[in-house]
Amino acid sequence: MRVLLVEDDPETASFLTKALKESGHNAEWAADGITGLELAREGAFDVLLIDRMLPELDGLSIIHTLRKEGNQTPVLVLSALGEVDDRVKGLKAGGDDYLTKPYAYAELLARVEALSRRTIPGEQSTRIVVGDLVLDRLSHAVTRAGEPITLQPREYRLLEYLMKHAGQVVTRTMLLENVWDYHFDPQTNVIDVHVSRLRSKIDKSFDKPLIHTVRGAGYVVRESNG
Amino acid sequence: MKVTDNPSRATFATTVFGLSALAVAAFLVVTAALFALAIWQVNRVFVADVLDALNAEAETLLATSQFGETNALRDAVTRLSNKADSRLYYLATPSGIKLAGNLAGLPPELAAGTSGGLFSYRYDRGPEPGERTAAGLPVRLKTGGLLVVARDIEDQRELVWWMRLLAFLAFAVIALGGLGLGFLASRSVLSRVDHLTSATRTIMDGDLSGRLPLQGSGDEFDRLSQSVNDMLSRIEHLMHGLKEVSDNIAHDLKTPLNRLRQRAEATLRTAKTQRELTAGLGETIEAADEIIKTFNALLLIARLEAGAIEKTKSPVPLARVLSDAAELYEPVAEEVGLRLSVAELADVTLTSNRQLIGQAVINLIDNAIKYGRKNGPACDGTGRDIPLAGEVTIRLQRRQDHAEITVADNGPGISAGDRVRAMERFVRLDKSRSLPGTGLGLSLVAAVARLHGGELRLEDNKPGLKAVLSLPL
Repeated sequence: MRVLLVEDDPETASFLTKALKESGHNAEWAADGITGLELAREGAFDVLLIDRMLPELDGLSIIHTLRKEGNQTPVLVLSALGEVDDRVKGLKAGGDDYLTKPYAYAELLARVEALSRRTIPGEQSTRIVVGDLVLDRLSHAVTRAGEPITLQPREYRLLEYLMKHAGQVVTRTMLLENVWDYHFDPQTNVIDVHVSRLRSKIDKSFDKPLIHTVRGAGYVVRESNG
Repeated sequence: MKVTDNPSRATFATTVFGLSALAVAAFLVVTAALFALAIWQVNRVFVADVLDALNAEAETLLATSQFGETNALRDAVTRLSNKADSRLYYLATPSGIKLAGNLAGLPPELAAGTSGGLFSYRYDRGPEPGERTAAGLPVRLKTGGLLVVARDIEDQRELVWWMRLLAFLAFAVIALGGLGLGFLASRSVLSRVDHLTSATRTIMDGDLSGRLPLQGSGDEFDRLSQSVNDMLSRIEHLMHGLKEVSDNIAHDLKTPLNRLRQRAEATLRTAKTQRELTAGLGETIEAADEIIKTFNALLLIARLEAGAIEKTKSPVPLARVLSDAAELYEPVAEEVGLRLSVAELADVTLTSNRQLIGQAVINLIDNAIKYGRKNGPACDGTGRDIPLAGEVTIRLQRRQDHAEITVADNGPGISAGDRVRAMERFVRLDKSRSLPGTGLGLSLVAAVARLHGGELRLEDNKPGLKAVLSLPL
């Protein structure tokens, strides 16, 4: 995956480009808004990581310009401004996701990978299949190895989100934002309890677990642990 | 603006002095004009009276020489001229030769016309010879001669001159007195202002407990000082709060920062294997995350209290917010042996920010789950085998123009004396010290309440704690 990072702090930029390369992605760096916009216009990127406060041209203006020109490359906005209002502004300008500094690299990586998937068709498909687990988005029915599994509405949405991003790490914050629509961190790790409940319904009576915990990051749904 | 430091110049430069000088000047101009008019009028009337009298006298004199007996007239004039009073005469032949009279010659002022008027003459008969003023009336005789009847009015003129002098003195007294009073008033005002200024300087130099002096007279300066003092009290209170917060931040951020540093150091010193190194760094990052959480909560509270967050956004159905939060926490409560239930949900919609209300509600529930167990706070993992350690009950009620969100538990509660303190920043009552948390949960709820013009009340649930978040609709 090709990632463009528009960030004026060289240390952050160097850390992120290195880390992204280690994660198997190709990252390019622009240190100011104008350069960032020019590189983004060339259009060869899968995801744009754009800081809000940049020299020459601010992040939201870059996104606004790109969207006006018809460029739909997914954008993750990075910002030190983390209030609800700031977030709404970032998404209104055309950002696809918003991450507040300071962030964990695992969080950033999970979000970048989730964003790149957005462009892959199939997200809209009515059936999601992971191994022998099948989720039917029309009837809201979930079966594993043909056996129906009864889920509460929220459990269903949690599983749906995890399966939609099958093979990708999904962080607790992403789940809280996308399944519960809470844009803040509760003090207790509530998500773990919900995932463990879901897990007891999905994985308990089967040999091969499908919901895996990724230490220091979150969860992933995939066929094998490998 | 340049302010002079010279005290005497400063006195003249005050508004009070300027105003009094202006008032004195205006008063002087008006009274001087009136006075001048009065004197002019008095002079005019007086001279007219004298001329009337002279006219009558001239007629009497002319009557003595009705038939042209010039000698009789000359005798009469000579006789009258010798009297030592203010009467003056002059009689001349048609050719201009003086026949009689005590005037040395025909005054040039009277030669031209016959209407009469003022003239000056040389007086050399009395003890004080000199130029004097007189009013005279020239009368043409039938024979062609000229008779001048006049009256010395020097004494009257002196009277008028005295009046002028007195008026001038009075004006001088008024002017000096007015300016002097202005100066004194200015100095007194200036000294009050100087007092206030120096008191203000002291306060600005850092002694926030200083106050402006009050004289107790209730005048405008006292009122101003009182207002400034009230403002200072408010500032002092805020500064005190700020100091307390920064002390608390110093403590509550420094402690975890220190822990972070120690963990990193310990890892560096003791980790022999890759595994130990990874574990140590993992712990270090966890510690950093805790610091970030605390920092974010602090920042949010600060912004809420500064009113920097837009509170009116969209209609928020409170029942939905509560049931969502309850649903999120229900399994968590169960994990520690608590039953979380929603007892009452009124249909109330509040124009607000769903995230803020959601966070406030979640903080209350989080708190109730942490501290709401009958046998004291739950420590991670210990509560699993306890069947039911208590209940957490959530209610949403409508009370007139308020929405009331209640989260009640039946744990040990908080003693009445500690309830207010529990809502302050970073205050973690002793028994909660061992549990994870930033110590900012309730103060964040209180800040959200204040932003909405509502309040957070902690009440006794008998037994347990009842937190009531009251928001005006």
